[in-house]
Amino acid sequence: MAIHTLEATDLSRLFGVNHAVKNVTFHLNKGEVLGFLGPNGAGKSTTMRMLTGNLAPSEGAIKVCGIDIVEKPKEAKSNIGYLPEIRPLYKELTVDEFLAIAARFHNVNSRNIRKAVEAAKDKCGLGHMSKKLIENLSNGYQQRVGIAQAIIHEPEIVILDEPTVGLDPSQIREIRKLIKDIGKKHSVILSTHILPEVEMVCDRVQIINEGSLVYRGSIDDLKQQRKGNKLLVGLSKPPVMKEILSIEGVSLVEKVEHGMFRIHIKSEYIPAEEIVAIAIKKGWGLFHIAPDITSLEDIFVQLTQMQPK
Amino acid sequence: MIINVARKELKTVFASPMGWIILSLLMGGFGWMYADGVDNYFQVMSGSIRPAERVGVTIFVGQTVYGAANFLMTVATPLLTMRLISEERRNQTLPFLFSAPITLTEIVLGKFLGLVIFLGILVAYIFIMLSTLNIWADIDFGYLLGNSFGLMLLVASFSALGIYFSSLTNQPIIAAILSFIALFAMGVLSTYFASDPNHWFHYISLNNHYQSFTRGVIDSSDVIYFVLFIATFLTLTVRRLDADRLSG
Repeated sequence: MAIHTLEATDLSRLFGVNHAVKNVTFHLNKGEVLGFLGPNGAGKSTTMRMLTGNLAPSEGAIKVCGIDIVEKPKEAKSNIGYLPEIRPLYKELTVDEFLAIAARFHNVNSRNIRKAVEAAKDKCGLGHMSKKLIENLSNGYQQRVGIAQAIIHEPEIVILDEPTVGLDPSQIREIRKLIKDIGKKHSVILSTHILPEVEMVCDRVQIINEGSLVYRGSIDDLKQQRKGNKLLVGLSKPPVMKEILSIEGVSLVEKVEHGMFRIHIKSEYIPAEEIVAIAIKKGWGLFHIAPDITSLEDIFVQLTQMQPK
Repeated sequence: MIINVARKELKTVFASPMGWIILSLLMGGFGWMYADGVDNYFQVMSGSIRPAERVGVTIFVGQTVYGAANFLMTVATPLLTMRLISEERRNQTLPFLFSAPITLTEIVLGKFLGLVIFLGILVAYIFIMLSTLNIWADIDFGYLLGNSFGLMLLVASFSALGIYFSSLTNQPIIAAILSFIALFAMGVLSTYFASDPNHWFHYISLNNHYQSFTRGVIDSSDVIYFVLFIATFLTLTVRRLDADRLSG
């Protein structure tokens, strides 16, 4: 069972009479990045808080490296590094001071504290910020300090709650790269409401909606779902539908506004070249052809309507 | 781990001007009371003021300084305790502590210890300051030690109460006001009931139990009282934090 670094069984959390999280069961494999996806208020943060011992579950059990977090919180917590949605930084301290405190709190041997701080700064690209007050760092660098704090004791599991919220695009790119790097050594749970982020960073994904898991699968399945076998074709002099349908491999044609057609393909192979050739030959006035990527909202609606696997 | 939390508290208190300002103001205040006490003593000796009672220089100056310390600490401790938990609540830094392998009891004890060490600097400062009288006179160190011990227990009790109020709110100022009102009310009530030494309030009054220390007497029942007072409020604080984890 050592492959599962974290196991949550039938996890539920009630706030008053409302279920914020309901019967959530999942596990984290060693050395994988698990994306925890869901809209705002779906119960992502609540689950994260339970996993890290910040919130007591109403029902269910959490095992961290085989240790029950309710029964032995100290042992279990020492295997976890956690960055909550709102970064818990003592802004009046310098980066070095703060990271040293974080290391000490996580039982890093006092002789190794300097080394641990340097290593964490290196990984997070904070080397030149050592003596700066956290308060004076930019948003992106503060986020790096937050991540450094979570990995300073080399935990088995790193839990990051919406680590890219509020950052600018280039910072987001850097943080994602950093998370990928971390994923090579640690098991990571990454919560987010941004689908492309999961695609870029994660190995596996699970989607939570209204407190329940609605989808769980590998990232390739999700990509397949998202891209689908569809083409979006624009024709200024469109023929009758039947003619398009007669093209090899086409299963369905939908008319979209402004001369656009959504062409569903049966096979794995997308006959884009054939469509272009026929369109030119028959003078359909082809002005656009591209894979039809389902919008995130659509895929989300699709997935939330699916039964959990 | 308690020590680590205490170290963190001391680091943050000295990282902001607040710690330094309070420390320097109080030291200035005590220094002034000390100088005033010595000055008054010389005036009494030279016969220009009639003494209220005939006492030695230790008690004469000591009473002035320790009397002031009691009052000044009532004002200063809430200012120091207010941020301990409520500021962490407001800045949402509590998850940093909660997700580290530290128990709630260790967190609370660590914060308490950090503050007590900070206040201990002041108590030690007063002790050293009054000890300098020994250069000119033969002073009563037992009296000073008794008073220092009592003052230490008193400020530790103030701190425990302050930490509890700090855990109730996410507004440091409200925590400060609440704990100041509580401490001040206790002081006022104990003077109010002073005429009746058998009143039940005397048994729970901080000031009343502090009295024997001001005479240089260490009475075990008073020590136990302070320890219980501190334990009560720290336990309440732990329970308050645990309620966070349970109710969200």
